[in-house]
Amino acid sequence: MNIVVCVKQVPDTATERKLRSDDKTLDRDAADGVVNELDEYAVEEALRLKEAHGGEVTVLSMGPAKATETIRKALAMGADKAVHLHDDALHGSDALGTSYAISQALKKIGFDLVILGSESTDARTGMLAAMLAERLGAPQLTLASKVEVEGTSIRVERITDYGYDKVEASLPAVVSVVEKINEPRYPSFKGIMAAKKKPVETLGVADAEIAADQVGLASSWSEVVDFAAAPPRAAGTVIKDEGDGGAKAAEFLASKKFI
Amino acid sequence: MSEILVLVEHVDGDVKKVTLELLTLARSLGTPAAVWAGPGYSDAAKARLAEYGAEKIYVAAADEIGDYVVAPKAEVLAHLVAERSPAAVFVAATGEGKEIAGRLAVKTDSGVISDAVGVGEGFVAEQSIFGGGVNVHSRVNKGTPIITVRPNSTAPVAAAAAGAEEKVEVALSDAARAARIVERVVQEKGARPELTEAAIVVSGGRGVGSGENFAIIEKLADALGAAVGASRAATDAGWYPHQFQVGQTGKTVSPQLYIAAGISGAIQHRAGMQTSKTIVVINKDAEAPLFEIADFGVVGDLFQVVPQLTEEIEKRK
Ligand SMILES: Cc1cc2nc3c(=O)[nH]c(=O)nc-3n(C[C@H](O)[C@H](O)[C@H](O)COP(=O)(O)OP(=O)(O)OC[C@H]3O[C@@H](n4cnc5c(N)ncnc54)[C@H](O)[C@@H]3O)c2cc1C
Ligand SMILES: Cc1cc2nc3c(=O)[nH]c(=O)nc-3n(C[C@H](O)[C@H](O)[C@H](O)COP(=O)(O)OP(=O)(O)OC[C@H]3O[C@@H](n4cnc5c(N)ncnc54)[C@H](O)[C@@H]3O)c2cc1C
Repeated sequence: MNIVVCVKQVPDTATERKLRSDDKTLDRDAADGVVNELDEYAVEEALRLKEAHGGEVTVLSMGPAKATETIRKALAMGADKAVHLHDDALHGSDALGTSYAISQALKKIGFDLVILGSESTDARTGMLAAMLAERLGAPQLTLASKVEVEGTSIRVERITDYGYDKVEASLPAVVSVVEKINEPRYPSFKGIMAAKKKPVETLGVADAEIAADQVGLASSWSEVVDFAAAPPRAAGTVIKDEGDGGAKAAEFLASKKFI
Repeated sequence: MSEILVLVEHVDGDVKKVTLELLTLARSLGTPAAVWAGPGYSDAAKARLAEYGAEKIYVAAADEIGDYVVAPKAEVLAHLVAERSPAAVFVAATGEGKEIAGRLAVKTDSGVISDAVGVGEGFVAEQSIFGGGVNVHSRVNKGTPIITVRPNSTAPVAAAAAGAEEKVEVALSDAARAARIVERVVQEKGARPELTEAAIVVSGGRGVGSGENFAIIEKLADALGAAVGASRAATDAGWYPHQFQVGQTGKTVSPQLYIAAGISGAIQHRAGMQTSKTIVVINKDAEAPLFEIADFGVVGDLFQVVPQLTEEIEKRK
């Protein structure tokens, strides 16, 4: 089975994240880049499927030069090879542009299964997997907490508001995963060393047959008009329970007319 | 005024509160037209939508629409966008709503704004990003603006309208039938308000200690007429079902009041509750990061504080 995992580099959520004042896009230099958390679960699921069914796991990441750190991390976990979609023309692409660029790269790489995280920690649009399924004409098996493949059929449990749906489809398919699905492995020392020698192919816009007028900031379908730091929350009151903590909390709620 | 399509969120034939919020918001910017996709449409649903300002109700009630993941609903909306050229499309920013909006954007070659907390003149949307740290105004500049709106962003206000029904028949494409739902598993519902809709949410975390102990969280929630939420530590341990998880990979809630007991306040949890209007934190560790965003905090044992609080609330009723 030919599995492609989409992995995004995102700013560390533990650091202060910002937008750039010049073009209002994410300031990727202001914070350390890390693997989007859920994408580690996507990589783990791909590795488990490969271990069970054979095949190959390819990491696909669209991002600036420093996204190679993220690609190496996924390779160190055990993926076989990687494709880095990297071109200045892609900078500032919105969700439509990004999904278009990634779908073109996927067509070039070829796949039986594409696995994504269900959401990134920076933009959090949660739309990419659905957009890829639409663009590729492939079944959408998103928000999966369980994935089973048998021959060319695939079954997932898709989490819903009321529990979950059991969903069936045929490969090739697009899957996105939630964190309930597995526990990602830590890269071993051996894995980290091996990752340094694994092939990473860089694709530019022309290589992936991406129409330049469909990507990048200027071609985006949406734009940021302006932005500002949110006013900080007014400091609250914290008391120590001296046996009347619950009663004090009730007084607070009453003062706010909740009770 | 031109039409704004509002995709109706419904469960078991009931219109969800977020739809009434979206209709209210749409009314301030155009003429709301509700779009019902899937089985379960009834006179009661129609009355509810009309009560909250739907001038028109497009009804695509074929059973088939509910049999496949997301794609059929996007096809229904795409059909209406082509036929009616609406000024905008509003969809609830729920897990499924965002996916429907994403597919619709591709189909109609239109921009999409994700998780708006408000929409103003010219369909300029307000987004609260980076865990509530930055406020952004954004807009769509190609195609029909498609905007997903976070539940609890607008207070629903009734304003009766015609609710003129129009049946919509859409022949689903093969691609829309690619991912078939073979079984729906309902895990537990209870009589409490829905998590993302509730005005008050009471959440418990690892500090609650067991599934049985969640009864004290539920008692407080019931005293307040609140929904119950949980941290990932609590859902992972199996103490509470996953659909009640609040946070990055759970629900994003934005209630008037959020009470957290025995939750430390990891960034992933905060991502799902940071825009709550008032936050109350109960934790025995004074260093717990959630105290940083608390309007009121009690450093103490939740097994003492929570039952006392519940009792005080009952007394004041
Ligand atoms: C704060 C913020 C808000 C934004 N709001 C909008 C908006 O409202 N509308 C809009 O059109 N655009 C928006 N964008 C732009 C959007 O971030 C990019 O288009 C982004 O590349 C895709 O969206 P996402 O990360 O939210 O994807 P999600 O759908 O949240 O991510 C799901 C998965 O997609 C995969 N993935 C995502 N990006 C990549 C990548 N570059 N390479 C490989 N795999 C990837 C990963 O597996 C990830 O887990 C916003 C950006 C920011 C920073
Ligand atoms: C990809 C990913 C996604 C995630 N998504 C989510 C998400 O959606 N939602 C989420 O919540 N987390 C999420 N997490 C997990 C998150 O990082 C934290 O691990 C989790 O929120 C911790 O839950 P907690 O606060 O209940 O537990 P802990 O961090 O263990 O905190 C328990 C707290 O309870 C207090 N306590 C203990 N006993 C008592 C007592 N008797 N009285 C009062 N206080 C007491 C302790 O002082 C402590 O502060 C995610 C993590 C990852 C990697």
